[in-house]
Amino acid sequence: MEHYNMNLTLKVWRQKNKDDRGQFETYQVKNVSSEMSFLEMFDILNEELIREGKDPITFDHDCREGICGACSMYIDGRPHGPWHANTTCQLHMRAYKDGDTIVVEPWRAKAFPVIKDLMVDRSAFDRIIQSGGYISVNTGNPVDANAIPIEKDKADLAFANAACIGCGACVAACKNSSAMLFVSAKVSHLALLPQGDPERKDRAINMIAQMDKEGFGGCTNTGACEAVCPKEISISNIARLNSEYLRAGLTIDK
Amino acid sequence: MLNSRIPAGPLEDKWTDYKGHCKLVNPANKRSIEIIIIGTGLAGASAAAALGELGYKVKTFCFQDSPRRAHSIAAQGGINAAKNYQNDGDSVFRLFYDTIKGGDYRAREGNVHRLAEVSANIIDQCVAQGVPFAREYGGLLSNRSFGGTQVQRTFYAAGQTGQQLLIGAYQALERQVALGNVIQYSRHEMLDIVKIDGKARGIIARDLVTGQLERHFGHAVLLCSGGYGNVFYLSTNAMGSNVTAAWKAHVKGAYFGNPCYTQIHPTCIPVSGDHQSKLTLMSESLRNDGRIWVPKKQGDSRRPSEIPEDERDYYLERRYPAFGNLVPRDVASRAAKERCDAGYGVGTSKQAVYLDYAAAIERYGKIECRKLGIENPSADVVRKQGVAVVKEKYGNLFDMYEKITGENPYEVPMRIYPAVHYTMGGLWVDYELMTTVPGLYALGEANFSDHGANRLGASALMQGLADGYFVIPYTIGNYLADDIRTKPIPTTDPAFEAAEKEVRDRIEKLMNIKGKQTVESFHKRLGKIMWDKCGMARNEKGLQEAIVEIQQLKKEFWSDVRIPGGINEMNPELDKANRVADFIELGELMCKDALNRRESCGGHFREESQTEEGEAARDDNNFQYVAAWEFKADSQWELHKEALEFEVAKPSQRSYK
Ligand SMILES: Cc1cc2nc3c(=O)[nH]c(=O)nc-3n(C[C@H](O)[C@H](O)[C@H](O)COP(=O)(O)OP(=O)(O)OC[C@H]3O[C@@H](n4cnc5c(N)ncnc54)[C@H](O)[C@@H]3O)c2cc1C
Ligand code: SF4
Ligand code: FES
Repeated sequence: MEHYNMNLTLKVWRQKNKDDRGQFETYQVKNVSSEMSFLEMFDILNEELIREGKDPITFDHDCREGICGACSMYIDGRPHGPWHANTTCQLHMRAYKDGDTIVVEPWRAKAFPVIKDLMVDRSAFDRIIQSGGYISVNTGNPVDANAIPIEKDKADLAFANAACIGCGACVAACKNSSAMLFVSAKVSHLALLPQGDPERKDRAINMIAQMDKEGFGGCTNTGACEAVCPKEISISNIARLNSEYLRAGLTIDK
Repeated sequence: MLNSRIPAGPLEDKWTDYKGHCKLVNPANKRSIEIIIIGTGLAGASAAAALGELGYKVKTFCFQDSPRRAHSIAAQGGINAAKNYQNDGDSVFRLFYDTIKGGDYRAREGNVHRLAEVSANIIDQCVAQGVPFAREYGGLLSNRSFGGTQVQRTFYAAGQTGQQLLIGAYQALERQVALGNVIQYSRHEMLDIVKIDGKARGIIARDLVTGQLERHFGHAVLLCSGGYGNVFYLSTNAMGSNVTAAWKAHVKGAYFGNPCYTQIHPTCIPVSGDHQSKLTLMSESLRNDGRIWVPKKQGDSRRPSEIPEDERDYYLERRYPAFGNLVPRDVASRAAKERCDAGYGVGTSKQAVYLDYAAAIERYGKIECRKLGIENPSADVVRKQGVAVVKEKYGNLFDMYEKITGENPYEVPMRIYPAVHYTMGGLWVDYELMTTVPGLYALGEANFSDHGANRLGASALMQGLADGYFVIPYTIGNYLADDIRTKPIPTTDPAFEAAEKEVRDRIEKLMNIKGKQTVESFHKRLGKIMWDKCGMARNEKGLQEAIVEIQQLKKEFWSDVRIPGGINEMNPELDKANRVADFIELGELMCKDALNRRESCGGHFREESQTEEGEAARDDNNFQYVAAWEFKADSQWELHKEALEFEVAKPSQRSYK
């Protein structure tokens, strides 16, 4: 790859804490290498801010390999920036050219309050999983792993849904702040496997109830979530979730 | 001499006997016993879920915003288990033997055999939880090979095995949270251990959002805080991975085992510039199908496609015909370094070798065409079919490579170079996973126990889950059974006050330095010293210099570091400063340990100790022991030795030829 340097203008959302109103600040970043990652560009800006005696920009990140789901920047109106099926940490600066202006904001959703700057609180996702996103099996009493053969196609599909990294980009992209793509990925992962079958009714009902309780909005099928999902979780899962939910509602008898 | 408390009796009966005779805590008493778990990676999440299920009152802590983001999530290639599903001669004994040999005869037989025994249960447990491992068309589980073995015993989920295993453990953990057995504290960092009457009785943690210090009591404390590879600044570890929890425990009396044993992984994306913040692994599973080579001519700057077959040096296949590209990591890394140092490296930096998939694509393509009944397929058709197969096996890794480098690895060979990846060293623990502080345990990568001087691929996930699901639930009972009468100690106890004051004082001291240099710049400098002098090759002079340099760096850090922001708020620079301060102290101990061990073994290569062919030369007469360091005072340690005895796997020169 040809490598080049560029100068950029960044407009970044700054907010001291959850009660602060917050505002955009503008920064010039010089000599950014096209080989850097987007977060490395932020590292450099932060080092400069610290040297100037200013407060660096807070953002979530950890693995920087697109797998932990921590990073979460809303870049020029799109969660995780311009590349398809990508996370913020895997966005590289060759996506930009000299002189570009980039606007960076946090995820915005009622259920994801801002903690500081670009960092938000996504603990609502943990609570949704607590409401039923698991298979109830205690340690130590399972059968041999090969005792339950699973069709390869089904196993592959379950895997594709289990690949969700819980980043919340789907929520950030949705005008209703719906968490349906996230919930549907988990429900589908477990419903597609025989091990998950016994609990599938309660699971769908309880996870949706928790989702509503957390203040996520409803789904109006705009597809914005699928378009930005770094793990290409398919929107067809939402249809599966709806039918799981309906079926559960019709047949649950307790 | 340290007592590792390995049960007596024949190797294969030790664990069964232990389980049959260890003390138990009855269910009613479990409900009044509190356990603190630091870390929610594979080790911590599995321990928390298993102990919660048993009825203990558990608290978990992690510094990320959710337990699901622990560094275990990034593990790619797979997890070993002695299932012998492939009928290729695998067994518990063989997994035990491979692991001991792979670790270059520097691990304990008793621990490693137990690990091999429980390995099969792990796979069963994970499948029951819904972990979607890769499967064959018949619906049964699929396996692949990993380095240092000649059987196929690695279970995997594409290149995302760690993610799938961690989500399984995380879901089991969240279930216990929902049931009220576990309380989970995210965005919390443990900053000290509290000891009362010599026993671990709690922790001081900092709420990273508010900056407030908190006190938590526990009848026992489990450290599942991961490895310390980030002491090198650049490594494949997540940005937040750190040694602080283990280091605080060390300062409070837990011995540190074999700190110098570091794993340098052969296949990582090379450094691209000074801005580099971390390195990215290309899974070892890629060595299953990829071939590693450099040009036969020094300084050859032709494009890889322009270098004909007979001008390529497949140096691993040449030097190690029996294992070829699947030699263990330490051997593969040194061989890559040797070629690059000798001037055969590729790419702009010349610090890289090729990992080439052209042959695999062609091989798989032909097989697919045969399966599909395509006769005399054109080269294009073969390629298309082959690419599809490779995509299914390694797609996410290839995509990652392309995102980072901008090059398409289906078309041009990947460029790779060794990078720091894993730390075999860690807190010294006995057979029960207890450190030298009673009631304080270490699990997963945080302990030193099972991998000797070199870890085989796909064995860390196995060890983390073995420790958490299947070992600690038994061994902790053996300790807690004597503790059932201990009432929860109020956190107003003077020991809690004193520990909290110590933490507060240190934070204030750091904030008040108000110097000129950033935390990051110190971390980078430490990393460079470590990589240059305590990295892939080490020698006496370099290590002595490194110790002096690190001591100077420490002084500079404590007089000139600049931390912006305040104490009572979210302040990632302060968090980082706390961690880097501990890394600096650890770095010194690592060099000291490396200096003491005047032999080469596994990942620890002392230039003074090599065979004529440049292979690592062990010195069993003088160094067949675990080095366990006791912290005495600033920059002062006392060495304790645990002799290693091999009754079954007799040490021999490791050969992969
Ligand atoms: C890129 C990569 C790929 C890998 N691939 C494989 C593979 O294919 N197969 C394999 O077997 N191994 C692999 N490994 C190694 C393996 O992933 C790790 O060794 C293993 O996951 C470590 O698990 P753990 O539970 O011990 O720690 P971690 O997963 O590192 O978890 C540490 C936990 O401790 C917490 N923590 C740390 N310090 C504190 C503190 N002070 N206070 C509060 N919480 C704290 C963290 O928040 C986190 O929850 C890979 C490693 C890397 C880097
Ligand atoms: S569904 Fe996609 S966008 Fe939503 S949390 Fe999961 S990975 Fe992120
Ligand atoms: S930092 Fe982990 S996905 Fe981006």
